[in-house]
Amino acid sequence: MIVETGHYALVLALALSLVQALIPLYGGLRRDESLMAIAPPVAVVQFLLIAASFAALSWAHIVSDFSLLNVVENSHSTKPMIYKISGVWGNHEGSMLLWVLILSLFGGLMAIFSRGMPSDLRALTLSVQGWIGAAFLLFILLTSNPFARLARPPIEGQDLNPILQDPGLAIHPPLLYLGYVGFSMTFSFATAALLAGRIDASWARFVRPWTLVAWIFLTLGIAMGSYWAYYTLGWGGFWFWDPVENSSLMPWIAGTALLHSAAVMEKRDALKVWTIFLAILAFSLSLLGTFLVRSGVLTSVHAFATDPTRGVFILLILVFFIGGSLALFAFRASSLKTGGIFAPISREGTMVLNNLLLTTSCATVFVGTLYPLALEAVADEKISVGPPFFNMTFGPLFIPIFLAMPIGQLLSWKRGDLLGAVQRLMWAAAIGVGGGLVFALSKGEPVLSVLAAGLALYVIVGSFVDVMGRVFVRGAGFKIALSRAVGLPRSAWGTSLAHAGVGLTLLGLAATGWGIEKIQAVRPGDEIELGPWRLVIRSFEPRDGSNYKALVVHTEIRDGNRLVDTIEPSRRQFSTRQMTTSEAGISTLSFGQVYVTVAEQNPDGSLDARLYWKPLVSLIWLGALVMSLGGALSLSDRRLRIGVARRARKTGTPPAAVPAE
Amino acid sequence: MIWLVFAFLTVLALASILWPLLRAKPGVQPVESEVAFFSAQAEEISRDVERGLMTAEDAALAKAEAARRLIHVAEAEGPGLARSHAARVAAAILSLMIVPGVAFGIYVLVGNPGVPDQPLLARLNASPEKMDVNAALAQIERHLAQNPDDARGYELVAPVYMRVGRPADAARAMASIIRLTGGSAEKYDAMGQALVYAANGKVTAEAEQAFRQAAAAAPDMAQPQFYLGIAAEQRGDSETARSVWTRLLASAPPNAPWAEMVRSRLAALGGAGPNSDAGRAVAALPAEQQQAAIRNMVEGLAARLSQNGHDLEGWLRLVRAFTVLNEKDRAAVALADARRNFASDPAGLAQLDALARELGLGG
Repeated sequence: MIVETGHYALVLALALSLVQALIPLYGGLRRDESLMAIAPPVAVVQFLLIAASFAALSWAHIVSDFSLLNVVENSHSTKPMIYKISGVWGNHEGSMLLWVLILSLFGGLMAIFSRGMPSDLRALTLSVQGWIGAAFLLFILLTSNPFARLARPPIEGQDLNPILQDPGLAIHPPLLYLGYVGFSMTFSFATAALLAGRIDASWARFVRPWTLVAWIFLTLGIAMGSYWAYYTLGWGGFWFWDPVENSSLMPWIAGTALLHSAAVMEKRDALKVWTIFLAILAFSLSLLGTFLVRSGVLTSVHAFATDPTRGVFILLILVFFIGGSLALFAFRASSLKTGGIFAPISREGTMVLNNLLLTTSCATVFVGTLYPLALEAVADEKISVGPPFFNMTFGPLFIPIFLAMPIGQLLSWKRGDLLGAVQRLMWAAAIGVGGGLVFALSKGEPVLSVLAAGLALYVIVGSFVDVMGRVFVRGAGFKIALSRAVGLPRSAWGTSLAHAGVGLTLLGLAATGWGIEKIQAVRPGDEIELGPWRLVIRSFEPRDGSNYKALVVHTEIRDGNRLVDTIEPSRRQFSTRQMTTSEAGISTLSFGQVYVTVAEQNPDGSLDARLYWKPLVSLIWLGALVMSLGGALSLSDRRLRIGVARRARKTGTPPAAVPAE
Repeated sequence: MIWLVFAFLTVLALASILWPLLRAKPGVQPVESEVAFFSAQAEEISRDVERGLMTAEDAALAKAEAARRLIHVAEAEGPGLARSHAARVAAAILSLMIVPGVAFGIYVLVGNPGVPDQPLLARLNASPEKMDVNAALAQIERHLAQNPDDARGYELVAPVYMRVGRPADAARAMASIIRLTGGSAEKYDAMGQALVYAANGKVTAEAEQAFRQAAAAAPDMAQPQFYLGIAAEQRGDSETARSVWTRLLASAPPNAPWAEMVRSRLAALGGAGPNSDAGRAVAALPAEQQQAAIRNMVEGLAARLSQNGHDLEGWLRLVRAFTVLNEKDRAAVALADARRNFASDPAGLAQLDALARELGLGG
């Protein structure tokens, strides 16, 4: 009864989403109070119903109810509990249910936290959410129903793909979906503004938290996915420019651009139409990602053609929402009032530069991802656009972004002083050059790594020049500085941290050039020199997991003779799916990582092992964490954003350090 | 019971629509939220001045800009909010139709209201009479894993495995039974059949071995013979197949239900291969002489049948032979003769009709 109740709750949620799509839309356009008023409670109840449905499916997975096809195909009674739960969304049907759960969660939250909003904007926004919800609920119920039942339940399931039996599955998809689906909120806000035919000054303020939430989660989701790939796939790669990764990167880039243009809009009432466009773009790219991942088009364009139900359905959803919103944009954008003028050299100006570069880089990823698919469909030719393409196009586009990031922070609104900003960055530039030299002397080749590391140091230091200038005032003591630091808006700290996070990630990426790799057969007693470390293979030990058998390689990491850490790379044999996975042994040592994986046992008893020393590699993901932390700080700052042409340098005295306008 | 739960959920969903429709709570005008926004901004500016984050001079500028923007908004303000009774009634009626209609309509299509939850533990611990087949099997399997010498357990599961479509497991169970209690014709036969099912109809070497043991224990048992014939046929040894099945038919009790199947198998073998010493001799001749020899044999058969017409097998062969030799007329004549001979034997007539249909000879 629990299962079928969950099933019915899902169908009922679809019915409610139809009501939420239609009635508030009519009410919003007619400005009818009572019709608009139904949107918030309906959105909340819709969330409760989908949550009940998701809970029912989770329960079925937890108790191994094999009368559900979905449980049979993706679960096993001996699977550890955490994977029984994460297995709920470790498959197509369940992940789509998670998708609509998060969609309705955002709708419900917005319904609760939007009391101050104009009624019509609120109703129209929720109506657009209703449309999205209805489309995806229909998709689930008609093509991907997780509640399909079996008349004669088997006694055991087919187990979850062993590669997915990892804590990464528990964290990565929910984070990623919170990001993807979070952009549905900005999309709904943008479409609602177009429908209402006006953009209020408060619009950007209402949208900001949603953009930030989506961006934070997408950042974490992508980083988590990258780290997961890094430690499970077994050769230490962390980004492969494959279409699935690209389809999460594109909304992230568009979202980052949106974050900056929305800031301009909130503070200066400028870039309104562009911001609306970016809001539509970010979610459209999320939808595109969903299509690419969920339709099967990536396995092969032709595999998609043989079983087209799902793919065609998502494609229709894609065309409806992207086409509809862009048509609305084309139709209405000219009637939206633009406002706020600014000089090219100003904070706003750098944001425009940032937007131009980000959207261009987004376009290169788009082309690199979709061109092979289009070619395969049209010319029946399979090509792969690999890292070289992206390194040649995407990489160079980011260099001006890195260079301009600290400058943008130092320019004031409306009219900025480029020379002054550059002067204030001399220190950061000096540290960048000096640090680059130190890296060049200590680590040497490749040149690209040295240059990138120097650039990264410049970005990190440059990120804090602005806040440091505002905290430390000449002649004032440490205590005053501390109180000023606390007094600074959290959003200022947020900006600095987020920018510094980008620098940290870049530093981690730069350091990959200095990595050391060894591939060799190992046996107990072997000693291997790996960069600054000495690895000692102690023993091979067979070990039983609940649904697998493993061969564990006890490995010691020594610095000279001092034992630093032990790692246990292993191979796991899963009997149900007849698959073997490789578990890397990883030890993080001062931001670098020793990374060891082992392959099949050779006939002579030795194991082929890949051993890596990756200096500073953990900074790639720590950088993403710092970025998200910056976003979270900014999110926690509920102050209204006011764009002022100048900033106070000293309490009570006229500004001195910034030259007059 | 489950429909009560569904009804409750539906009422809850409807309440979320009807409650705000009935409640007369005024909405927020765009201009109200804008005024609130700009006055909050003005307060923020004042606070920033107090905290020393902004100079009084800048604050004045910022406040002036906020005021300018507010005036702009007030000027652009459109019509106020409306409240229409008719629209409310229409919305209520529409929702009352859409929500239950869509929910029940789609659920009836995709749902399984009668299927209960079946958590694994509950299935395994159910009382025997309530237990579903797979759960019962699993329980006995667990018992057998610990007591691999309990023949009784294997005897219980073997036929069930066949019923739920797990013939390979059935074959293993039969092998265990034979190991524990000794072989018999029935057991070998059942094992052979399970092996054939497991191999999707192919009589594997292992299956053939089982049928041989069954046939050795009970030479007059029909099924092993039948499968031994199939084994021969699948090897391409039509002649052995033919002789095995012919012998089987000869010993068949009247009205044996399987006889029909054997006959049609036999018929399907047709003239496909030489079936006697004479046949093998013919096959060894050069092509021209072969043709002549075959014709001789066919004529011989026709002559024999005209003397003694009560050989159904003979007639069938003759009709087929004429067809193969491309002599449709003579085939039709032979068929008519055969029908006359078997006018009082419906079974014989049926076979002749079947052959006529197969060869495309008119009735």
